[in-house]
Amino acid sequence: MKDDDGTGEGVSRRTFLKTSGVPLAAAPVLLRTRVVRAAGDGVEIHGPGKASFTLNVNGRPRPVEVEPRVTLLEALRHDLDTTGAKRVCDRGTCGACTVLLDGKPVYACSILAIQARGRKVTTVESLAGEGALHPLQQAFVDHDGQQCGFCTPGFVVACKALLDKHPDPTPDDIRRGLGGNLCRCGTYVGVHAAVLQAAKGGHRG
Amino acid sequence: MAEYKWPEAGKRTLIGTRISRLDGPDKVSGRAKYTYDVSRPGLLFGKIVRSPYAHSKVVSVDTSAAEAMPGVKAVLVIQGPGTEVQWAGDEIVALAAVDEPTAEDAARAVKVQYEKLPHVVDDYDVKAAGAAAKPMAEQTQGEPDKAFAEAEVVSEGEYGSTVMTHCCLEAHGAISEWENDKSLLVHISTQNVSGIAGQMAGPLGIPAGDIRVKMDHIGGGFGSKFGPDRWTIVAAQLSKKAGGKPVKIMLERDAEQTIAGTRPSAYGRVKLGAKKDGTLTAWHSETWGSGGIGGGGRVPLPYVLEIPHRRSLHTAVATNVGSSRAWRAPNHPQACVLTMGAFEDLAAKLQRDPYDLLMQNIAMTGVRSSIYKEELEVANDLMGWKKSWHPRGDKTAGPVKRGLGLAIHTWGGRGHDSAGDLTLQPDGSVELKMGTQDLGTGTRTAITIVVADTLGLPMEAVRLRIGDTLYPPSGGSGGSTTIGGVSAASRRGSLDLLDQLFAKVAPALGVEPGALEAVGGRVRVKGDPGQSLSWAEAAGKLGGIPLTVRGTNPGPGDLINSGVGGVQMADVSVDVETGRVRVNKLVAVQDCGLVISLKTAESQCYGALIMGISYALYEERVMDPISGRMLNPNMEFYKLAGLADIGELVVRMMTGKGYDERGVIGLGEPPVISPGASISNAVANAIGVRVPQIPLTPRRVLSALEGRRA
Repeated sequence: MKDDDGTGEGVSRRTFLKTSGVPLAAAPVLLRTRVVRAAGDGVEIHGPGKASFTLNVNGRPRPVEVEPRVTLLEALRHDLDTTGAKRVCDRGTCGACTVLLDGKPVYACSILAIQARGRKVTTVESLAGEGALHPLQQAFVDHDGQQCGFCTPGFVVACKALLDKHPDPTPDDIRRGLGGNLCRCGTYVGVHAAVLQAAKGGHRG
Repeated sequence: MAEYKWPEAGKRTLIGTRISRLDGPDKVSGRAKYTYDVSRPGLLFGKIVRSPYAHSKVVSVDTSAAEAMPGVKAVLVIQGPGTEVQWAGDEIVALAAVDEPTAEDAARAVKVQYEKLPHVVDDYDVKAAGAAAKPMAEQTQGEPDKAFAEAEVVSEGEYGSTVMTHCCLEAHGAISEWENDKSLLVHISTQNVSGIAGQMAGPLGIPAGDIRVKMDHIGGGFGSKFGPDRWTIVAAQLSKKAGGKPVKIMLERDAEQTIAGTRPSAYGRVKLGAKKDGTLTAWHSETWGSGGIGGGGRVPLPYVLEIPHRRSLHTAVATNVGSSRAWRAPNHPQACVLTMGAFEDLAAKLQRDPYDLLMQNIAMTGVRSSIYKEELEVANDLMGWKKSWHPRGDKTAGPVKRGLGLAIHTWGGRGHDSAGDLTLQPDGSVELKMGTQDLGTGTRTAITIVVADTLGLPMEAVRLRIGDTLYPPSGGSGGSTTIGGVSAASRRGSLDLLDQLFAKVAPALGVEPGALEAVGGRVRVKGDPGQSLSWAEAAGKLGGIPLTVRGTNPGPGDLINSGVGGVQMADVSVDVETGRVRVNKLVAVQDCGLVISLKTAESQCYGALIMGISYALYEERVMDPISGRMLNPNMEFYKLAGLADIGELVVRMMTGKGYDERGVIGLGEPPVISPGASISNAVANAIGVRVPQIPLTPRRVLSALEGRRA
């Protein structure tokens, strides 16, 4: 553990606590961050040790304190108890960790948490409303687009992004849009049918 | 006494219908909690230092730097100096720290010195394996030598399948914690909730009854998650060292791919003899393969076809890699490739359609020959086989050649021992507790269907609790044994519960208990539906005390059975310039006795076909002979089929008369057996030559076309 050797040139913990209620649009608040001048610009130096900052997850500000090397996926899972996204391949191949970053699907295992500051992170947990599944999720249930279900949250988010971009997807759109997600149990038939149903039914529900 | 049988076709309300899986909403919303998602107060993260060498001796282990690191709470040397280590990836040191990055840093700070020893990792070159290759006993039936001498046509060829991995998306792992000095709580990703404690008791030196095991959801097992594995024992030991704090060890992807599950290879030269009219007479096979350091088991040959005169020889090659594990239908996919490949080649030599040749020899499939015949006919209709099949070698112009192939398979699938406690509360609520697990096969859904159908209640009226050793034990979910075990136990328990409830209710309705039935949420007099009580009113007659009955399997009545058939046909296109194979269409016709949950049963078949396409075309563990390590312990170079790779899939479950009355039989294994063989046969039919091994990669296809080994 190296959490007591921060150089503190950024914002102190006390200042951070005082200011953490500010709107997210404000400049990112960082603990133990130094800013150095490089080629005339201010460049942030994070670490060693933990950095404190706020993520915007599913529309809510969520303060975290993690080492700069911690991925967005691990911050979501370990620090924010948002465990829908899974770590499987851990190197941007399988898509089980797919989340939306400013509306675009990304592999959360391949983005540092600190890189997600000031951006909108959307996870599978945000799709279902009070007591009701999102129509896309309902379509997954209707067509049995899951077996063990471990890849399913990633697929649901990838499908959401696909339909946001292609509300009436062609077979080729589906193949390309879901080409970044892998399933081991073999649920592609159900997933494919779910996408078509959600597209027909107006997936924005 | 209840009559222990399944309801007649007309009386089933839920059994055999398409019902969406009950845990679907949890899975699509991210709410389903897997072992990997479980967090516990004070959680520590465990990491393991693994041997980088395929064969070595540990010379020294220095953990002092790791132990001195802030945040490191426990360090354990698993294999100390002097230990001989037999495969790369074996566990040497384990440690636990307050967070994962710290544990990773600490693992890197451990210094281990090894003395390298010679290794064998090539499972194909039997000669090079030397003493590591051990011939097994010859198996002979009839007079194969005489039969071959008399055979009018003999076909010879080489067939096989390489090692593949289970590649569970949720890696193996567990969280172990001591609740006090004596009792252990284990959250583990397992196919065997009821069987884990008994395997941990010995190594930990505590009674199995003091170990509680829990699991809600599992992210894939496929045969690789029956035991606690060393890392779960180690997590418990680290927890003890850390004052009982929970220690979580989930394997990293490279470890998962390297040591947590492989399917053994099987290669072989097969000779098949027949009469000119196509009657099969003789089989001779010389096979070899490896299941890792243990050498591996024997492939059942010839597969399904009981050829009268036969001899099989097998050599098990021990390699310096971790032992293989059961992989969906152990040894059957390999046997199917070897047998159905040889059969297809014989058909080509006889210039016969393999469909006709199989029909001609269908009696050799034994007791289920009428099932195979019917399934072949259904598959023919679904594929349009007789319309589209052409003799070997697509003669059309252009580089893309098309072909058809078929295969048949079998599996046992008799239900395992299972027990569940079914409780009816005086308010009418119903709860079943059973120490089973749902692998994603739909076990929760199937159990609930059986209970609800039997009690005449809607699905929502039944609360099911599984995945905990606090509940009555149920067998491990392997070998397609779960559906038979849990459905029979649930049916018996539900029938017994009705028996006892009817005895309490009968006086109020002025009839004998035997005159009652439970239908549509009411308990009513048979033949006089006006005479009835609502379910809640009936439960009110319990006298304020809950009623609990235990349903078991085995038990009275013929509710389950064993032994299925299954036919698959593949339509492929092969680009002879690039060697790329595409599956256009795959047809699966499958029986499994009485189907409880049709929707999830069909999903099992779709999933098996997709997994089958994946292992037939893409999946292969690649070992480096120099370093002895796996070269593709990841998911970018260990390839799984994606959504765009699967073509059109057609599944037909054989149900109704002739099938339902057999009782419930397991389904997880059978449909995954034939894809390798049917796709391989379709490729041979398309390009005119046999590609001897799966996966049918471009390299292998092009090599076969050029007449050389890949």
